[in-house]
Amino acid sequence: MPKMTFAQAIDYALGEAMARDERVVTFGEDVTMLRRNLFVRFGPRRVRQAPISEAAFLAAGVGAAMAGLRPVVEIMLVDFIAVAFDALLNEASKVRAFSGGGWNVPLVVRAACGGGYGDGGQHEQCLWGLLSAMPGISVAVPSNPADAAGLMLSAIDSDDPVVYLEHKLLSDYWLDYLGGGSRGTVSFDVPREGAEGEVACPPSPVPIGKARLVAEGGDLSLFSLGVGVHRCVEAARSLAERGIASEVIDLRSACPLDTELVTASARKTGRVLVVDEDYIAYGLSGELAAVLAEAGIKADFARVCSEGAIPFSRKLEDEVLPNVRRITEAALRLCEGRP
Amino acid sequence: MKADMEELYRSMARIRFCEEALANLWQRGIISGEMHLGVGEEAVAAGVVAHLEDGDALALDHRSTPPLVARGVDLVPLFLEMIGDERGLCRGWGGHMHLFSREHLACSSGIVGSSAPLGAGFALAAQYLAPGKVAVSFFGEGAANQGMLLESLNLAVAWRLPQVFVCKDNRWAITTRSRSVTGGDLLRRARSFGMPACRVDGTRVEAVWEAAGKAVRRARAGRSPSFLLASCPRREGHFLGDPLLRVYREPLKQTLEIGPPLVRSLLSRPLQAFALRPLYMGIIGKTLTVLGIEKFLLEPDPLCRAARLVPDDVRRRIDQEAREEVERAVSAAMERGKRHA
Repeated sequence: MPKMTFAQAIDYALGEAMARDERVVTFGEDVTMLRRNLFVRFGPRRVRQAPISEAAFLAAGVGAAMAGLRPVVEIMLVDFIAVAFDALLNEASKVRAFSGGGWNVPLVVRAACGGGYGDGGQHEQCLWGLLSAMPGISVAVPSNPADAAGLMLSAIDSDDPVVYLEHKLLSDYWLDYLGGGSRGTVSFDVPREGAEGEVACPPSPVPIGKARLVAEGGDLSLFSLGVGVHRCVEAARSLAERGIASEVIDLRSACPLDTELVTASARKTGRVLVVDEDYIAYGLSGELAAVLAEAGIKADFARVCSEGAIPFSRKLEDEVLPNVRRITEAALRLCEGRP
Repeated sequence: MKADMEELYRSMARIRFCEEALANLWQRGIISGEMHLGVGEEAVAAGVVAHLEDGDALALDHRSTPPLVARGVDLVPLFLEMIGDERGLCRGWGGHMHLFSREHLACSSGIVGSSAPLGAGFALAAQYLAPGKVAVSFFGEGAANQGMLLESLNLAVAWRLPQVFVCKDNRWAITTRSRSVTGGDLLRRARSFGMPACRVDGTRVEAVWEAAGKAVRRARAGRSPSFLLASCPRREGHFLGDPLLRVYREPLKQTLEIGPPLVRSLLSRPLQAFALRPLYMGIIGKTLTVLGIEKFLLEPDPLCRAARLVPDDVRRRIDQEAREEVERAVSAAMERGKRHA
């Protein structure tokens, strides 16, 4: 299996899907340059430049999908999706329901998400909780190249809307554009296993809604996705040194949730720590608590999430985003039965 | 009234030196994230802001430093903010893309187009709370295709808001040529909403000053909003480390990085549209060529143009004073930042 970067894996899968199916097209701002490797291969008809008009071109993606295309619409950074909220909340999410199941929207919305490079709180959000709250929409968040390719394939194959989020700390070109920008004077905490890895050739689809057991353990369950998974693995190592065996689960999608795997893990360990880079309130972590409660599982529960707006200052930002120290401390408190 | 060229030049020089200082801090890794400089926009910022008074409002985009500097925001907290210090203008929470100064009624946003509706809100508040005061919205021509911006043009006319829309036309939306994704003509677009609109050479501060003066007076008198289309260069690209500019600035490194994957894509199987691929490659090449021609052959420097309208000895004095002021502010910010850390 060849080694690829996270970013290469996404475009590799997208390119395979485009070669296989003429109906797969991609459009968005700046794609001629951002997707130049696909552009020189498929041309401007399939890789189409859009004006800065998210509300128009995302809703156009919904319409195009209804009419038979399989668009992969790029909303550069997920923060900008706010500009085009109607397209998702009132259009894409409702078509299947309103048509009595007779009409579907095979749309992929691709966007970069996440922080850790000091760009401020309008460019570093995750928003997968907010997006998952909309009925009828799946939200995939890969944490490594193999999943990045596999989830992209499944997203394109899906007959319903999927939001596909690529974390900027894993995608080298985004980090370079927005964080590094050719200077060698800054550094970032990039998880190596996430930024580069083996990808099957041809890529194999990863079903959306199937979580992955990353590490087994009996004392504590750590649930996360995206970069958070790698932070959990690191925290689990330091917890292991203190004799605590953590089970790490990569959810791989914020919606749908793999309720089977998370309930089984929570039942086994009796302690659950959710690590979620998205906002703490009314989101993924609360949803997981509800899933466990509804399954009748009595588990000690805690969460490490972003608790408010993400600050610009790197120092402040490090404290707001879930980091290994916060995860380890929360895990220790949980294991010692402290609130 | 005639433009006070000395004051306009001073304003532009202060802006330029601040931007240069920011570029330096960013290159050294002291400022994190993106850095969108307004080098090339000095005449627009200086020429418009010169007409503002206390109680007037500013809604800014991601290149917000120049208008704030022209408006008289204290430079030390400004630089402290840029380096993420807790005693910065926004206590380290905003950074260069999200600068706020409540005392100047000035806000900025990294969401393209949002300065237009926010400015409309400032203008609306002025109608109730401070008649005679105005709001100015700055944005680029790339933002002129955002729905919220077009809606604001209509709102401003429908509510007769005391607002001035300043569109800085640098012809590029990140790496996309704006004309390739824009229908019609922006001036006629604005006029079709029923507001006066004029084109001005945004590299000539005296011209901007004159056009902006008319627009601000019209707003102050409660007559109507206006639209100013000011052409200006984007001398440092979309942001520092701009991928297109980098191709010119470090050609060998970029060719080695970008070249091999492009060639692999050109040859990749299945060979769909194989014969057309060189043509597609040519489209990318053309974008780069246009950028190169604009950048290295046609790019005017508004500061040099303004300098010609000021006597030499005065210009040298202003340059020196402005440079010293900025240097002092940067050292003070760095010193305080260090002590704090």
